[in-house]
Amino acid sequence: MPSKVHVQTTINGEAVEYLCEPRQSLLEVLRDVLHLTGAKEGCNNGNCGACSVILDGCLVNSCLVLGAELEGKSLETIEGLAEPDQLHPIQDAFLENAALQCGICTPGFIMAAKALLDQNPNPTEYEIRYWLAGNLCRCTGYDKIVRAVQDAAQTTSSEVSA
Amino acid sequence: MAEKKDYKVVGTRPIRHDGLDKVTGRALYGADFQTVGLLHGRVLRSPHAHARIKSIDTSRAEAHPGVRAVVTAKDFPAVEDKIADLGEGAANVKDLQDNVLAGEKVLYKGHQVAAVAAIDPHTAEEALELIDVEYDVLDPVIKVRDAMQEGAPLLHEDMRTDEMGEKSDKPSNIASHFQHKQGNLDKGFDEADVVVEQEYTTETVHQGYIEPHNATALYNPDGQLTIWCSTQGAFTVREQVSEILDIPVSKVKVVPMEIGGGFGGKIQVYIKPIAAMLSMKTGKPVKVLMSRADVFEGTGPTPGSYVRVKMGATKDGRITAAEAYLAFEAGAYPGSPVGAAAFCVFSPYKVENAQVDGYDVVVNKPKTAAYRAPGATNAAFAAETVIDEICEKIGMDPLEFRILNSAKEGDIRVDGPPTPRVGFVETVEAARDHPHYLAPLEGENRGRGVASGYWPNFGMKSSVAINVTSDGTISLVEGSTDIGGTRAAVAMQAAEVLGIPAESVTPTVADTDSVGYTDVTGGSRTAFATGYAAYEAAQDVKQQMIERAAKLWEVDAGDVQFADGVFSSVNGKEQELDFKGLAARLDETGGPIVGRGTADPNQPGPSIGLHVVDVEVDPDTGKVQILRYTATQDAGKAIHPSYVEGQIQGGAVQGIGWALNEEYIYNEKGEMTNASFLDYRIPTSLDLPMIDAIIVEVPNPGHPYGVRGVGETPIIAPPAAIANAVYRAIGIRMKELPMSPGRVLKAMGKI
Amino acid sequence: MRAFEYVPAKTVAEATSLLAEKGDQAKPLAGGTDLIVMVRENRRQLERMVDIKDLSETNVLSYSPDTGLSLGAAVPCHKIYADDAISAAYPGLIDAAKIIGGTAIQGRASVGGNLCNASPAADMIPPLIVLGAICVIAGPNGSTREVPVEQFCTAPGRTVLEKGELLVSFEIPPPPKHSSSFYLRFIPRNEMDIAVVGAGASVVLDDTKTSFVSARIGLAAVAPTPLLADEAGASLAGKEVSDEAINAAAEAAQAIARPISDMRGEAKQRTHLVGVLTRRALNGAIQRVKEA
Ligand SMILES: Cc1cc2nc3c(=O)[nH]c(=O)nc-3n(C[C@H](O)[C@H](O)[C@H](O)COP(=O)(O)OP(=O)(O)OC[C@H]3O[C@@H](n4cnc5c(N)ncnc54)[C@H](O)[C@@H]3O)c2cc1C
Ligand code: FES
Ligand code: FES
Repeated sequence: MPSKVHVQTTINGEAVEYLCEPRQSLLEVLRDVLHLTGAKEGCNNGNCGACSVILDGCLVNSCLVLGAELEGKSLETIEGLAEPDQLHPIQDAFLENAALQCGICTPGFIMAAKALLDQNPNPTEYEIRYWLAGNLCRCTGYDKIVRAVQDAAQTTSSEVSA
Repeated sequence: MAEKKDYKVVGTRPIRHDGLDKVTGRALYGADFQTVGLLHGRVLRSPHAHARIKSIDTSRAEAHPGVRAVVTAKDFPAVEDKIADLGEGAANVKDLQDNVLAGEKVLYKGHQVAAVAAIDPHTAEEALELIDVEYDVLDPVIKVRDAMQEGAPLLHEDMRTDEMGEKSDKPSNIASHFQHKQGNLDKGFDEADVVVEQEYTTETVHQGYIEPHNATALYNPDGQLTIWCSTQGAFTVREQVSEILDIPVSKVKVVPMEIGGGFGGKIQVYIKPIAAMLSMKTGKPVKVLMSRADVFEGTGPTPGSYVRVKMGATKDGRITAAEAYLAFEAGAYPGSPVGAAAFCVFSPYKVENAQVDGYDVVVNKPKTAAYRAPGATNAAFAAETVIDEICEKIGMDPLEFRILNSAKEGDIRVDGPPTPRVGFVETVEAARDHPHYLAPLEGENRGRGVASGYWPNFGMKSSVAINVTSDGTISLVEGSTDIGGTRAAVAMQAAEVLGIPAESVTPTVADTDSVGYTDVTGGSRTAFATGYAAYEAAQDVKQQMIERAAKLWEVDAGDVQFADGVFSSVNGKEQELDFKGLAARLDETGGPIVGRGTADPNQPGPSIGLHVVDVEVDPDTGKVQILRYTATQDAGKAIHPSYVEGQIQGGAVQGIGWALNEEYIYNEKGEMTNASFLDYRIPTSLDLPMIDAIIVEVPNPGHPYGVRGVGETPIIAPPAAIANAVYRAIGIRMKELPMSPGRVLKAMGKI
Repeated sequence: MRAFEYVPAKTVAEATSLLAEKGDQAKPLAGGTDLIVMVRENRRQLERMVDIKDLSETNVLSYSPDTGLSLGAAVPCHKIYADDAISAAYPGLIDAAKIIGGTAIQGRASVGGNLCNASPAADMIPPLIVLGAICVIAGPNGSTREVPVEQFCTAPGRTVLEKGELLVSFEIPPPPKHSSSFYLRFIPRNEMDIAVVGAGASVVLDDTKTSFVSARIGLAAVAPTPLLADEAGASLAGKEVSDEAINAAAEAAQAIARPISDMRGEAKQRTHLVGVLTRRALNGAIQRVKEA
């Protein structure tokens, strides 16, 4: 039996093929096989959210998904968020609000915030805090992160209505 | 220096220079480093809290397919017994080595014992299971007061207490006892109308940075070692690795990658020498990563402690005497931050009669490391709640009490030095006048508490080089790793000098071969000291530019002025060029300009803060909820106010975590039972309100823009402020940290 | 992490035979939020993971007021609370689905996985118990059987499932008139925590909403398996809704708790909390009936 699985999938809108061992997590595949190191490992057991990605439209911890499970799926990672000439409004809002210090949690927070705003464009402060509770940040105390998401919500929802 | 001025760049809020890379996932942190031919290392750790190593057999691991090398303490070179400087503290080199790979004994669960390099991380992990270690398990000792008992299990059989400078003759876990004294304690207590004495205990807590430690090392046959890693200080990594592996510093190059948090915990080396040893054996680059459990069990947390504080005051609120007994857990090797605790415990206040005793005690826990104002939080939890009790007894507003007793510039601190100018009264007034303090707090089981936190801050050494680019921008090369926006804070100080926008500076954090010696990003020193070096480098550039303008205009340098970003000649010809215009003309005036600045400033200027918190306690479950939080702090001058607020907010929240839930939980075998982010409970976004950060600016006379470090102070006050609030809510004084629901229920007598 | 084989099953029959073939060396993989962590931490070694989350049977999610809810074992939490009709009919289930892990965990964590992992602290189990859920189990060779949820777990990490068996779905009866359910747990943080104690309640009130017709109470993290506190629930039948009746039920629930002390809480604390949470769960469910 071959030790590796062949996977065909879509990542950030592009068809991607790779080989991985069944025991390699999606996070390992992203980082070590595909060299997409934007998703970070903070705990490797679902507790910190640093590895957050969006799988078939749903926020997941890539450390708790097997690379082999990606066959036929569609994945969004932090690397796919910005346009060549423009950041995503959430990325802009994080910069404007100084919502990062060390930045290790930032890709995870931005992906989580995107998943939130995709389904709830006008969340309350409580909804934001509840949604982001699986993403740990040790530097900021969350204040500026919550404000950044509030700001991004305003920008994105006013873009939609405009 | 340090007059109130209208600044153009200082005090504004530009987008940080490294921001874009960090919001797009492009910034490369230590674990992101890739190179060809990379091997992966993993570390075998002690399953026991205390044991003698009888034997280590690595042969099965070495034979495992895919394994390239195994190392143990046997692979270390012999080193001498001497003290090495680590940036924020010093340590014995032999202890450093023994902590990296245990020699004769393992001293805590998680102590590194051996390491493997293999073709992939999973193979390396498999091989760890094939290393056979025989242990002789010994009784552990976990708590400081148990370790101080006679007859307690001894960690180091040859350790003798340093008793106020003299070595005692009996073996002991007490590494040292020191004492500070001033005035007449008995007289002071006699003068008091009220005396309050209480005992406090705090548990071990971890910095909890989200990025685990990492290191990739490559050793070349010519003896040159390169290490790519996340660290608070590339130079301290260089010094430590050089000492531990006995390689000249010039042969070690450390490349600091982006770093995912440190808070003091990424100064000491753990796996960096191991990656180097594995590379020496294999001739290949080797990457070693820690798991989250490794981080909790194997890296330095901040100590658990036992603290007793006694204070006396008159009816009208003057402190007459204060006494503290501080016993701190150092972890497996001497070196707890009890010294810092001793000089912080009463330092906000004028205390004429005082005595402080400090004990540094080894226990079977990981060697403690720095954590944001190390030692001060433990001490303030005690002192600031004793003060609250005194205020209650004499019926005085706790803010008024602080204003009345605040130490003034020149008042002598119990540990000797005079108090520098610091805005203690100003932070208290800012809190007093804040809408939070003015708003009444209503509702059952709710209470408001306040507390102060004081930290002296550090200066230490920094180097900066500035290159002028022909388009009128500058590149700034510094040695301080950027953990929270310091590229921006340092760049802005250079920009202010040169009259250019912050965006015209391109800051780079360089490796140890490419920039002058720079101490750690720690001690709240980076915006202060590296900022100072950037200021000096920019002054150097300015002077050189003035000379160039003089050449261009054929005037004396002394006739060229620089103001508001414009060079002008005062020889009557009205010649003018702004920085950009002159930068375009360097080639015709003598070629490139490189400015250099070094700093070792000795007046870091302390920082102090006052925190106000409203809590609600659930009387049925003992859970404490933070309703509202305001933190004031003297920043001297906030270079980039957003990131100063960020430090205050983040520090306050770490303090809240420490106050409410964070602790290392041990079983009777001395094993930590909660080594994960699920059970070591740092605050989540849902546990908190917004944190209102109020910046107070009393300029530090020791810095050209008046900067005081701000990073550490905000963690100090929260536990005491929250304990005081809990008391107002339910009438019970909590004397243990954390004030977890179970402890609160117990204190309420419900279980 | 040791090497293992990953096989996505296409039918229930294929899944059961893939499982049967390897005995205890094979395990179904649903959301993986328990299984992957366990295997990674070497607490469990496997030769094969059988992915069962792309089967139509494990993904059913259909509710009708007449027949109740058919809930596939692999349906993740977020799909359950996204359904308004189910949320209205079984609020106690939703309480639990919304607090498991964080958002990203809820994107993967299934109800079946929560039950089959058989943690004493599992949040989904008390609401399933109080709602009278029945487990539909498929065995090798096409056999099926049904087991009430409260009988499913036998010890920490152990269940009634035998070699090759797969939990396919749950059947949950339709909620009776004037009924509702509620689940809550006590945790030191507000999210991302494992229950120190969990308590669920379902109540059926009479037409005036002043007396109990019946009630069920389920508890987590107070015994080796989640418990149905049947006497506590039964004590309420026919009683007027009152603090006295609720306190008596809470005391009866406390009486069957046999908690341990560990890093998440002390035995005494847990027993105390059983009383507190049982009262809160009952009051919560009653409130919901009254507001309906
Ligand atoms: C960070 C984090 C937080 C968590 N928080 C909570 C919490 O708050 N409350 C809580 O209760 N749990 C919590 N959990 C545990 C876990 O998320 C839940 O138990 C979840 O519901 C498990 O579902 P799953 O689909 O991921 O199961 P899996 O991990 O896929 O499977 C779990 C077990 O069940 C078996 N299994 C799965 N499906 C079937 C089936 N159909 N038939 C037979 N066996 C099957 C698997 O083989 C495995 O042994 C948490 C986990 C993490 C990582
Ligand atoms: S690394 Fe995946 S959640 Fe922490
Ligand atoms: S910015 Fe450092 S962990 Fe969030």
